[in-house]
Amino acid sequence: MRTSILGARVIDPHSGLDQVSDLHQEGGKIVAIGQAPVSFVADKIINAQGLVAAPGLVDLNVALREPGYSRKGNIASETLAAAAGGVTSLCCPPFTKPVLDTPAVAELILDRAREAGHAKVFPIGALSKGLAGEQLAELVALRDAGCVAFGNGLDNFRSSRTLRRALEYAATFDLTVIFHSQDHDLAEGGLAHEGPTASFLGLAGIPETAETVALARDLLLVEQSGVRAHFSQLTSARGAQLIAEAQARGLPVTADVALYQLILTDEALQDFSSLYHVQPPLRSQADREGLREAVKSGVISAIASHHQPHERDAKLAPFAATEPGISSVQLLLPLAMSLVQDGLLDLPTLLARLSSGPANALRLPAGRLAVGVAADILLFDPKASTLAGESWYSKGGNCPFIGHCLPGAVRYTLVDGHISYQA
Amino acid sequence: MTPIDAKRPLQLNEQGQLRHFLSLDGLPRELLTEILDTADSFLEVGARAVKKVPLLRGKTVCNVFFENSTRTRTTFELAAQRLSADVISLNVSTSSTSKGETLFDTLRNLEAMAADIFVVRHADSGAAHFIAEHVCPNLAIINGGDGRHAHPTQGMLDMLTIRRHKGSFENLSVAIVGDILHSRVARSNMLALKTLGCPDIRVIAPKTLLPIGLEQSYGVRVFSDANEGLKDVDVVIMLRLQRERMQGGLLPSEGEFYRLFGLTEQRLALAKPDALVMHPGPINRGVEIESAVADGPQSVILNQVTYGIAIRMAVLSMAMSGQNAQRQLNQESEESN
Repeated sequence: MRTSILGARVIDPHSGLDQVSDLHQEGGKIVAIGQAPVSFVADKIINAQGLVAAPGLVDLNVALREPGYSRKGNIASETLAAAAGGVTSLCCPPFTKPVLDTPAVAELILDRAREAGHAKVFPIGALSKGLAGEQLAELVALRDAGCVAFGNGLDNFRSSRTLRRALEYAATFDLTVIFHSQDHDLAEGGLAHEGPTASFLGLAGIPETAETVALARDLLLVEQSGVRAHFSQLTSARGAQLIAEAQARGLPVTADVALYQLILTDEALQDFSSLYHVQPPLRSQADREGLREAVKSGVISAIASHHQPHERDAKLAPFAATEPGISSVQLLLPLAMSLVQDGLLDLPTLLARLSSGPANALRLPAGRLAVGVAADILLFDPKASTLAGESWYSKGGNCPFIGHCLPGAVRYTLVDGHISYQA
Repeated sequence: MTPIDAKRPLQLNEQGQLRHFLSLDGLPRELLTEILDTADSFLEVGARAVKKVPLLRGKTVCNVFFENSTRTRTTFELAAQRLSADVISLNVSTSSTSKGETLFDTLRNLEAMAADIFVVRHADSGAAHFIAEHVCPNLAIINGGDGRHAHPTQGMLDMLTIRRHKGSFENLSVAIVGDILHSRVARSNMLALKTLGCPDIRVIAPKTLLPIGLEQSYGVRVFSDANEGLKDVDVVIMLRLQRERMQGGLLPSEGEFYRLFGLTEQRLALAKPDALVMHPGPINRGVEIESAVADGPQSVILNQVTYGIAIRMAVLSMAMSGQNAQRQLNQESEESN
């Protein structure tokens, strides 16, 4: 199968390429940018005038809900939603049932993802057995089964000593550890950012220090152990500052943020709408500004959807009894384009945060447009708009952006040269 | 980006009348005054030999309490009975939910029994909003207390108490003392006082019992020194201190709290000589209030209970008529389509 994509604005943030050109793929690899190779005859030609051709987006956190929570989503539905959002590679977190702490679960996920064929899936393994934070999972066996990094989610290790050992063990084999830093005690029982909105609504608060206290500890242990570390889902300006300070003193740590944290604040909770119930919580306007600045400066090098689909009942209860999370992977490109519309980022920088940035953070073979690499390509119209929810492939309808008109529209998503989504 | 479902007047019908009573947030001063005026007129009913008016005849009021309560539930029952409604009271904490039935299903089942008004108390903040929005939007939902968020009938009965004893709110200093953090009563009182034009609202508590950002949200002044905060106030509202607050480091002991914040005769003397002493009950004698003060001449704690029935009658009848008016509007618009 040979494809030629003609006349697109080709942007590759990794190399700095940004020009109107043609792309040619054969057998799943990009074989030329610009002039087609001699004797290249395309089976399919995509006229991409007016479109942007970018590396397929790389999303570091998409909960696929399979195995174990198929009422919320499954690998086929959520990877299709991801493809519609412009994603070609995604990482899925270990919160499955059973937990992703054995090679068998990783293999099952990878098999089903290949079968569905909508996006490349890179599983994140559990750092500890059952995510309990007590015993190490078999990290090397999990790596060999395809896990690209290891994390324990918001269930932080209660024991700093056990965490230190886990990091040292991971460092032995040059494995990457993903932190979602949150101090269990400081966050316990909390439902919303500790601030005027939570006070007014009578919702128990989660203070900023729940993030920063844990983050400070985690950074120091990372420094001591020398493990490769990625800090996921930052929520506070002060947290981003701690990452910046660590990077400034030479610690090779990376960070990502949930896209919705760059758009929403805790004020969205004002009517107890459970659609805005997320963990860690939406924080203040000052925090949002701090995160946006950190994305702009590159301290935060990746933007992820942190997609968490839910069935209807999970959100149909008083706020405290609802499950946290937003289903948003299908809107990754148009929601992120709102950051360009707002003037925060230029288009190449945004695409860097959505492709090469996340790919580099976890050393994934993705996020580039260059001769010889996989033909994982996103084609989108930056001038068109997306009516969120007009089509919807995720099983989770828990998305507060449905009904909004968002800038930019995905036209084609190609994975290894195959069209995985076409609008 | 503004949420598409931002702030809508959930508790008002299209004509601005009450159809649910969920919180005092967003209710205009005129409406609060109307509730107080209506309650005033019902106070006479309680003084008559035959204590009934037929406003809710043929209607069914269902008290659904997911959290224990004696005073609030009883006064809602009496209020509904005095309005000639049929009344059912359920302590759901001990029945369906322990069998795994969701809040949603419990209420839908009760709705199917043709209830017209739900009075709901629930331990989760926002529970009444959830019910009014997603479960039974066509029934009048009255919030009998939701988590730490709101207890609007208590707020209004406190306002009735103040108005009947002080005449108006314009020149008053009101102090609220104690566990503000966990108190839905305090939140409703602060909103009501602000809306009704009280110029000096003070809250007095240690930092561990104060929610963040009170000054901006409610326009109150915060004091950590009770003697300073009580100086020359016209009204003192004491809050109940739950025993479990000693756990987890919020307070060292009941004794220390009483020494620093308890309303003793000596401390009350700092307020104006005719200052009112109020408490939503149940009181902890010797923990937040001295017996001599609770039972003293300035205490209106028992009057509050009496006024509570009148306020609840007012809210029940107003919400029912607002809900009926909305139903008629809906029918008319359907017919004209």
